[in-house]
This record gives sequence, C-alpha cells and structure tokens, in this order.
Amino acid sequence: MADHTEVDSVSGTTTTGHAWDGIKELNTPLPRWWVITFYITIIWAIGYWIVYPAWPTISSNTAGLFGYSSRADVAVELANLEKIRGGKMAALATASLADIEKDPALLALARAKGKTVFGDNCAACHGTGATGSKGFPNLNDDDWLWGGSLEQIQQTLLYGVRSGHSKTHEGQMLAFGKDGMLKPAEIVTVANYVRELAGLPTRAGYDPKAGAKIFAENCVACHGDNAKGNPDVGAPNLTDKIWLYGSDEASMIETITNGRAGVMPAWEGRLDPVTIKAMAVYVHSLGGGK
Amino acid sequence: MNQTVRPEDLQPVDDYGPLYAAHKKVYPQSVSGTFRRIKWGLMGFCLGVYYFLPFVRWNRGLGAPDQAVLVDFPNQRFYFFFIELWPQEVYYFTGLLIIAAIGLFLMNAIGGRIWCGYLCPQTVWTDLFYAVERLIEGDRRERMKKDASSDPMKLERISEIVLKHSIWLLIAWWTGGAWVLYFNDAPTLVKELVTFHGPALAYIWIAILTATTYTLAGFMREQVCVYMCPWPRIQAALTDEWALNVTYRYDRGETRMSVKKAADMRALGQPAGDCIDCKQCVAVCPTGIDIRDGSQMDCIQCGLCIDACDTVMTKIGRPTRLIGYDNDINIHRRREGKPPVYKLVRARTVAYAAIIALVGGAMVYKLATRSLLDVNVLHDRNPIAVKLSDGSIRNAYTMRVLNKHGFDRVIAVDIEGPANAILHVVGADSVTPDRPMIVVGRDQTEELRLLVTAPAENNPDKSIPVKFHVTDIGLGVVASATDNFVSP
Repeated sequence: MADHTEVDSVSGTTTTGHAWDGIKELNTPLPRWWVITFYITIIWAIGYWIVYPAWPTISSNTAGLFGYSSRADVAVELANLEKIRGGKMAALATASLADIEKDPALLALARAKGKTVFGDNCAACHGTGATGSKGFPNLNDDDWLWGGSLEQIQQTLLYGVRSGHSKTHEGQMLAFGKDGMLKPAEIVTVANYVRELAGLPTRAGYDPKAGAKIFAENCVACHGDNAKGNPDVGAPNLTDKIWLYGSDEASMIETITNGRAGVMPAWEGRLDPVTIKAMAVYVHSLGGGK
Repeated sequence: MNQTVRPEDLQPVDDYGPLYAAHKKVYPQSVSGTFRRIKWGLMGFCLGVYYFLPFVRWNRGLGAPDQAVLVDFPNQRFYFFFIELWPQEVYYFTGLLIIAAIGLFLMNAIGGRIWCGYLCPQTVWTDLFYAVERLIEGDRRERMKKDASSDPMKLERISEIVLKHSIWLLIAWWTGGAWVLYFNDAPTLVKELVTFHGPALAYIWIAILTATTYTLAGFMREQVCVYMCPWPRIQAALTDEWALNVTYRYDRGETRMSVKKAADMRALGQPAGDCIDCKQCVAVCPTGIDIRDGSQMDCIQCGLCIDACDTVMTKIGRPTRLIGYDNDINIHRRREGKPPVYKLVRARTVAYAAIIALVGGAMVYKLATRSLLDVNVLHDRNPIAVKLSDGSIRNAYTMRVLNKHGFDRVIAVDIEGPANAILHVVGADSVTPDRPMIVVGRDQTEELRLLVTAPAENNPDKSIPVKFHVTDIGLGVVASATDNFVSP
C-alpha cells in the first residue's frame, strides 16, 4: 500500500508511492489555476460547437447560432472587390484600346483580367501560354492570319473565324486536290514552289517554272503576287518562317490537297465587351501585336 | 527502501495526495538599495520608451508619414527614424532576431538572468503593479493582514480594492492603447479613439492587451515565470559555472545564528556564519523563494534580496554582499582560502560577442549600401521563347522596378546581352521607341513586360546571359539584374 506521506529527502517533495525498480515518483502538483484554465477551454470548446458550424450531419453540418459560413464571407469579400474594381472597370470600358496600352494602371488591369479569362476560355485550344499547336495559332509571335493590330485582334475575338456569326471572318484554303482542281503531280510541284519561296529545301528535279505558273493561276488571288498573304481573307504569308500546319513537304501537300478551314468561336455574347477589350489588350501585349 | 517492486505487486492507490496545488500569494516587501534603484531606473526608461515613442515625430517630407517609429501594414512599410524598410527587406528583422537571441545568451553568460530580473515586460509590469498595490494597501505585513482578515469589509477596505483595480486597469488600458499607436499615426488615432471613431481593430487590440496586462501583471505574476515561460528552462541549459548568478555565499553565511550568538562565538575565536536567518531575502522576493536554497528555476535574479540582505548586514555591522552576483567556483575558492576569480572573457562570451558584432556589422553594411532603386527580373516560363516570322527569337520578361525614394523618378531601361537585340517595353515603347522610359511613382513599384528580340543567326547559343539596367535619368543611379536569353 502506498504511503503518500513519504517525503523525498533531496527535493522535499512528497512521493505518490509509486516505485519502479526502486525509482519513486514525486508528486509535483500542477497549480490549480492551470487545471481551471483547462476546464475553461473545454467549456469554451462546447460553446464554440454551439455558436459555430461544428458537427457533420448526413448531408450537411450543424449551422451554429451565429450563422457563420466561410462561403458567405467569401461572397462579402468578392462584393467588396467588385466595388473597389468598379471605377477601374468603368475606365477600361470607356478608354480606347490604344489608350489602355499607354496607361500603366489600365494596362496592368487589362493584362490581369485578360490572363484569367484567357485561361478559362482560350487555353483549351491556344494553350495556357498562348503558344498554340498545329492548327491553333501561336499568339505570342508576330504572324497573324487576320491581322495583329489591337482593333483586328478585338474584331477576331468578337466575331471569330468561320464561326457562323454574321460578321465572322470568312475565307478558307480550298481543297485543290480533293475537288479536282489540281492533279497530284501539280500539287507536288506547287508545294515545292512554295517551299522555294519560303527558303525551304525543294525536291530534286522539280520544275520551278511550272510551279510559278500553277501558283499564279490558283494561289495569288488570296496569297498575293509575292505570296505575302492577305489578312482580309485570312491567307497566311507563305514566305515567313511560321507554318500553322507544319512546314514539311507532306504537310504542305496535305494542305493543298484537302484545304484548311480552322474555326475560332465568336465571343460576342459569351463574354462582355469590356472583357473582350481586356482580352484584346492582353493578347496584343503578349508580344506579337502590331 | 530500494527493494524492487514488480508490476504485479503494485496495488491500486486510493489517495495520491493533492494533485493540484492552490496558488500561494506572494507579498513582496518594499526594499531599497542599489538594485532596487537600477530596477526603478530601467522600469522608467522601458515604460517611457514604450508609452511615448509613438508620439515622436520625424520629418520625411510631404506625403510621407512623420511618425518616427511606425509599422504601416496597409502600405507595407516599416519606418524607424531615418530607416524605411519594404516587405522584401524583412531579412533585417532576421538579423535583429539573431542579435536579440545572442544578446540574451550573452547576458546570461555574463550575469545570469539579467533579462528576467530587469528587462522582461512581465517583470517590469508586475513590478509596476506591485508598486501600485503597495501604495494603496500598504506593505507586506499590512497586505497579508488585510487579505487574511475574516471581518466584514468596511467601506475603507472596499474603496482600497476598487482604487487598486481601477489604477491597474488604467495602466493596462494605457499599455494596450500605446501598442496600437505603433501601427497608426499616433496623434490622429488618439483623436479618433477618444471621439469613438477609431477603427474597430484598434479597440479590439486595446481590449486584448488591457486584458492580458491586467491578468498577467495583476494576478498571474510569478506564475508566468515559473509555469509558462520557456526561458527559465532554456537558460538552465545555457548557463555555465562562470556565469555570475544571484548567489547566497554560504561559505560566509553558514552556520546561521543570531547576532548575539555570532558575536559570542567570534569573541571565542570560533567560526560563525553571517546569516542571522532574518528571512528578509525571502520577504522581498517577488517570486517568493528562498535564495539560500541555491540557484533555482523560480529565481528571476532581480537582485532585490541582495538589497534586503545588504540593509541587514549594514545594520548589524557586518560586511555587505552576503548575497551577491557570484558563482559556486568562487565560493569553493574562498573556502580554500584562495581569492575569487571573475572570468568575463571566456570562449563563450567572446563567441557571443563576435556573432553579435558580425551580424550587426553585416546589417549596418547592408543598410549603408542599400540602394533606393532596385530591379527584379523574371523570365517568362510559358513560352520560354517565341520564334518570329523572320526567324528571329523573342524572349519575354516581367520586370519590377522599385523606387524607394520620396519622389517620382524617370527610369530608362536598357539591356546588354544577345547581339543586335532589340528591347520593347509593352506600353512604353510606343511613347519612347529608342530607349524605353517609364515613370515610377514615389515610394512605389512598377511592373513592366519586357520583350527582347534578337536575330537567331547572330546568337547561336542556346542560352545567353542578359543584363537589364534601369537608370534614373535625373540622378544617374543604375540598378541591374541578370537573366538569360533562351532559344527554343
């Protein structure tokens, strides 16, 4: 039986009477306020359960007397944010595209907004960095099918390309082979002629004169006499280093044979005009804008 | 006693004795002497700095805050007299924290718990609260008598208690009030607070600090040091045998006996201790311990027992400093008849002083050479590089220019790197095509999008280092950053 009145001679403290291998446990009591504080925290926790959401139920959770919800807090914060943004957004709506780009504050706002909206709506095709892929233009470079000025980019954004919108960009690369306008041999010849224009290696033994003739008869209408393209009809410059569908001979033959008609949706009606303005500035500021 | 107890032999115990100890209230007696004077002086100094520093003005020019010490959270600035720090310069605080920690270690190695005894806010405010208590309710004996009295309270006693708590609350409230002034323009906030137009956060902080000050200094007192504070535990690991701690010189004090008996013994040529067991050292102790039990964790080493003992020793005509700053080594040396040795310069103190000097020196150097124009550059990650229609390569960067001056500055941006590279700053190049220039507002940063284009044929390397220079056109100051120009 324990003898709790035993006092340890070194520390002057009573022992609990417990001993393990001859080592005895000292009874060093906690201060009473400490244990009271501990009970207060327990009561506090119970109070917390009552006033705040705490316990899960089958489909929801206990709401708490204060009616607190972090979701409601977010809504309030967002509403405040809209209030703060209100003035700036109004400025974005009234300023011209060129003026937005010259005003550092508006430029920063348009770029920030544009980047978010781009991620939500455009990145699926053009990539998160707007680098595009085969058939989807890289928006960072300076090669623009439909023009790279602020106004032209805004136009493309609003109405799209072959989107079905009444104001959309029209015009397409015809399927010269499939529709029987050019024979396969002629296609190979004209493809190699275009390669020569672009400074790409050509197939041995191809006839440049025949190529020039085919090009003049079939291609200049859209791509122009010097093959520099025409943004009004979306005809690409064939002399530069950027090829949307690939610069190898096979890809070019495929393009001429089957034609190309990529689609960009019209964003008018889906995004509000101020957002589209911000998008135009954002895309323009990626670096390729003219 | 040392018999082995096997687990199966253990029996359930009904009575463990008290598991929780009731708080024994400490009634420190007033005392006067050297260390009490030092404590009064330091208390006045510390509290004076704390309460009045926010009102000190410092002219920084128009539009900038004129408060000498200000933590400006909304604008993310910290002002300390002539120093203004930005959030990216928090490493100064790291330096300050290192110096503070090593400073504590150094104090500890030299004179024990100097921090605890003289400078710790818990000690300073508790001391102040004790002073108020003593002034209103009287000294140790009176207070003990009043607390122990079971008579029904008279109006006089009630008014004493009310007055004491009112003054305590007033001090606590002022403590919280001074705290919030460090985060706002002090005179403005004081005006707002008294007209009840202050920000809710200020009132909440004042309330919190009023409550903590009142509770910790009025009620918790030495319990904070004994049960809550980690420093007594840490300092036990930091102290060494040479550190001068408040020590009862038992070589001189023992054997304890009355003044008369000691005089008789000495007359007979017998050894006699100087300690007369008057317990004055215990009576004045703010943590209620007996220093004669030796160095202990509860002792905050405030030196008040030294003053108490010196007073008694003077009265009985014995040498003072029976209790003093000393260590066990010297007690043993004196016993052996050797002179005491005080070693302030030892590997430990030298190392601490060296670390403080090193970190302090580095901070002063960094502060003295701190640039008021700064630039950071971050390369675009997606895409890393863009091929343009003429085959040339373009890289894009985000540049942040920091103007830490109190006025607007015109900044020109130049690059140095790939051959024939052309720089465009989005938004700025249409205004100044040959050398992009921008205006960075006073005490602000500006984020820019930079496009660097270089012909691929002149730059065959996969990665070429680029230097970005921002030049203050007015002052000619240049800041630079480096990054790389990458080919796809």
